Amino acid sequence: MASPTALKGSTPSTRQWRVVDIVVASVIAVAVGVLFFAWSAGYSGISVLTAGFPPLGGLYTGGWLIAGVLGGLIIRKPGAAIYCETLAAAVSALVGTQFGISVLLSGAIQGAGAELVFLLFLYRKWNLPVALLAGLGAGLALAISENILYNALWSLQFQLLYVLFAGISGVVIAGLLSWLAMRGLARTGVLSAFAAGRTADV
Amino acid sequence: MTAADMPSPGAVRVRARGWGWRHAGRRAFAARHLDLDVRPGERVLLLGASGAGKSTVLHGLAGLLGSHDEGEQEGELLLDGAHPAAARGRAGLVLQDPETQVVLARVGDEVAFAAENLAVPRDEIWQRVGRALDDVGLDLPLDHPTTALSGGQKQRLALASVLAMEPGLLLLDEPTANLDPDGVLEVRDAVVRVLERTGATLVVVEHRVAVWADVVDRVIVLDAGGGVLADGPPGTVLVQEDTRARLAAAGVWVPGRQPAVGGTMPGGPGSSGPDASGAAGEVLLSAQGLGVARTRRGPVAVQDLALQVRAGEALGITGPNGAGKSTVALTLGGLLRPRAGTLTASPGLAGEAGGDPFRWRSAQLVQRIGSVFQEPEHQFLTASVADELAFGPRQAGVADPARIGAVAERLRLTHLLQANPFTLSGGEKRRLSVATMLATAPRVLVLDEPTFGQDAGTWAELVTLLRELVADGVAVLSVTHDADYIAALGGSTLHISGGAGRLVSR
Amino acid sequence: MSNDYLTPVLTGRTLLRANPVSKLFAAVVITLALLASIDWVSAATALACELALMPLLGISVAGLARRIWPLLVAAGVGAYGTALLAEKTGAVLLDVGPFLFTEGSVAAGVAVGLRGLALALPGIFILLTTDPTDLADALAQKLHLPPRFVLGGLAALRLVGLLVEQWEMLGLARHARGVGSDGSVVARTRNLLGQSFGLIVQAIRRATRLATAMEARGFGGGPRTWARESTFSALDAVVAVVGLLVAAGAVTAAVLAGTWDFLLS
Ligand SMILES: Nc1ncnc2c1ncn2[C@@H]1O[C@H](COP(=O)(O)OP(=O)(O)OP(=O)(O)O)[C@@H](O)[C@H]1O
Ligand SMILES: Nc1ncnc2c1ncn2[C@@H]1O[C@H](COP(=O)(O)OP(=O)(O)OP(=O)(O)O)[C@@H](O)[C@H]1O
Ligand SMILES: [Mg+2]
Ligand SMILES: [Mg+2]
Repeated sequence: MASPTALKGSTPSTRQWRVVDIVVASVIAVAVGVLFFAWSAGYSGISVLTAGFPPLGGLYTGGWLIAGVLGGLIIRKPGAAIYCETLAAAVSALVGTQFGISVLLSGAIQGAGAELVFLLFLYRKWNLPVALLAGLGAGLALAISENILYNALWSLQFQLLYVLFAGISGVVIAGLLSWLAMRGLARTGVLSAFAAGRTADV
Repeated sequence: MTAADMPSPGAVRVRARGWGWRHAGRRAFAARHLDLDVRPGERVLLLGASGAGKSTVLHGLAGLLGSHDEGEQEGELLLDGAHPAAARGRAGLVLQDPETQVVLARVGDEVAFAAENLAVPRDEIWQRVGRALDDVGLDLPLDHPTTALSGGQKQRLALASVLAMEPGLLLLDEPTANLDPDGVLEVRDAVVRVLERTGATLVVVEHRVAVWADVVDRVIVLDAGGGVLADGPPGTVLVQEDTRARLAAAGVWVPGRQPAVGGTMPGGPGSSGPDASGAAGEVLLSAQGLGVARTRRGPVAVQDLALQVRAGEALGITGPNGAGKSTVALTLGGLLRPRAGTLTASPGLAGEAGGDPFRWRSAQLVQRIGSVFQEPEHQFLTASVADELAFGPRQAGVADPARIGAVAERLRLTHLLQANPFTLSGGEKRRLSVATMLATAPRVLVLDEPTFGQDAGTWAELVTLLRELVADGVAVLSVTHDADYIAALGGSTLHISGGAGRLVSR
Repeated sequence: MSNDYLTPVLTGRTLLRANPVSKLFAAVVITLALLASIDWVSAATALACELALMPLLGISVAGLARRIWPLLVAAGVGAYGTALLAEKTGAVLLDVGPFLFTEGSVAAGVAVGLRGLALALPGIFILLTTDPTDLADALAQKLHLPPRFVLGGLAALRLVGLLVEQWEMLGLARHARGVGSDGSVVARTRNLLGQSFGLIVQAIRRATRLATAMEARGFGGGPRTWARESTFSALDAVVAVVGLLVAAGAVTAAVLAGTWDFLLS
């Protein structure tokens, strides 16, 4: 039987999505999507603070990347990161953010950033470094797409700084926090239906 | 019985050979060594002690115990010769908890959901929806929101949405728990009506046998250790003295036999309670002109309540579903702000904390008034039964391992100490939530439906425990539909209906 | 936050009758046109058209403002940020220490602000006039998205809405167990975090159970039918055409005015 070390490295026995995978992934995505709404509202405040030097706003962006990394870490199936991040974005659009339905595109791109990292490890490794890398992947995807879509009028050195800050934010907020959240959730036993939550025998 | 003699073509045959299932993360098998043959159209009442594996068997029949990620299977279980997961749509299961199985936002869509999944043509779906709603007597517009339903209505909706599958095997897991006595009969009659029309096979799990004994052909009693304890027509299993004795010993409810309860009837002759000792029922809480409501602005559930809660007395709170019993309980427990009137704690109860229980800090409240919610899962905060039991006492700063151990022992939770609270069986969850409150030893206990889903053995143990507490001077308030329980604890009864409470003392 | 964000009170009779897919189409075309270029003419044109269509929402100006004020703030901040960072071309308007604003940079800022607003409004239109169940029906039947995922998402949306309502109940339960929202600021914050975590745990717990309930009713394998047919009507053609017109109008106006600035060029 799986031991607590399974928290880090265990992989589901099938690549197929079960119903429980779909519903739980959706719930995680919707819950995070609601948080996005608050996070987006907070962004207005933060951007006033970073107004002196807007690329600093990149440090805040990690919050939008949690859905993909967390969903990927918990569900551990191909497509989970993209699905969760896109659905979370869709929900935040439904709830109403300043980014309108263009967040659907952003969500898919950011989710793909995290997904790519999980794919690189062939959906086999789920430890802290992979989580941090997935956060980084999502952060870079975010920064590059934002630079093209929204910050296009910034000059190049500011755009590069934005990439740096978004990458850091992705690693710390999306990568580290998601990993901690995944571990915390696994300890409560609610993830017992998932490879992420297999714990010791009783 | 005609239904069994002339099965409808759709009815399902069940066959189990040495079947067993162990949940991942548990060492013990939840159900084991099961050999069964159920003929098409037969109506089976499945009994067994709490935790014996009844729900697990129903899940197995419904094809929900699938992959080896989730556990380990032994032997075979077949519906009409096929694996249950392959016989999708043949079995329809109403889960133990109707609250958590609502999928969609509108009543009509909810009932149609299962038929859609089975690829029933659109016109026929709506015919089935209408028929299912008629069958269970749920007379609501199709676009009625599924959130705005009372406990009884939810139970009916869950039943209707499974009936719309027109299953050949109907599986019901405690379909009448939490219903008021009228609701119980209505739901049972709805099931019988449907079976008469469709001829489907029925397997129903219920602790209280009396409701179903007249309408089933066969009673099967699961042994907690695996295998079957008794199997036969109700006229035999529930009547013959030797099987009755065996069932009673295993903790199964047997009609017409009260489980032996220890302790003394509070206030009864020979009681060593406060009446005898002279400290005759010090008033702990008193309510004056109390109006209670769930929300700050929402409708008032019950108005103008006047009552006194005394040390060493039991108070039962009864009434139909949706009358406001739980709302009253939460208010008396110091958790909801009274909408009108006052709720005052006597100095003897309040100590240094002040007279208004609603204003107490959490750590103060937990030492003075213990509340057990209707929905056990709402109260679970930790990842193991042991932590859960130790949690309240630690918050209150009165941790007493011996007391905790004793409570766990008496409520049969000792073998589950390391288990996750959320994976317990329905009855085990209920016992745990009661145990968590007993562990902190408050002077007032407010229990919302403390005995639902309990077998006779744990019921008797629980009642005994509460009797002892009452004798020790604790005030026990219980919201309940269980007449035996009220009779066993004595005290007065507050009957709530139509927005008003009527106190009946004896 | 209250539940009605997830199951909003729908307004706007006309658009309520339109198929969600046609509304989505219109919103996507307008969004794409806006995304393609950052210039004030296309943004202003699209925004003006959207504002002209506002009466279709049947919501008062004050009601709308209460809902979308964060969008207004965000648009303002976006405009300011760009004005500060964009290439400094044209005459200097303001120069205080590091804060340098020129005609060119301010024009860029205005364009970004207008564009932000114009991007946000189509989402609001859809939010206020679309029932989630209808949306799911349409996505699965008309766009042929995988039904398992569409329905899983729909069920999750409802579940989370319910849980947001249950926040209060969870608070009561914790209070009864001896962990409440009293004490110092630190204790309060810890309790709030604990309660939020508890809510997420409950959400996943309920989701697992809901998945079982859905499977118990035959969900998850094989083909399925739909009890409610998602249909297109003449109204949907109108909605789609209006969307195309707004998008085309914005692009044309910008090209004619010579401000069109294709992003990927
Ligand atoms: N998901 C699960 N994970 C681990 N163990 C479980 C799970 N569900 C049930 N169990 C355990 O399996 C055993 C049988 O549970 P089951 O729910 O079948 O009992 P039951 O007969 O229905 O009891 P009750 O009358 O209390 O509902 C119990 O000991 C329970 O703790
Ligand atoms: N969380 C809630 N928010 C708002 N209203 C509620 C809530 N829970 C219940 N109600 C409503 O408050 C009223 C009283 O409900 P309450 O739960 O107190 O009834 P009850 O007597 O305990 O019923 P039951 O026997 O079904 O448990 C009902 O009309 C119910 O619909
Ligand atoms: Mg059970
Ligand atoms: Mg109640």
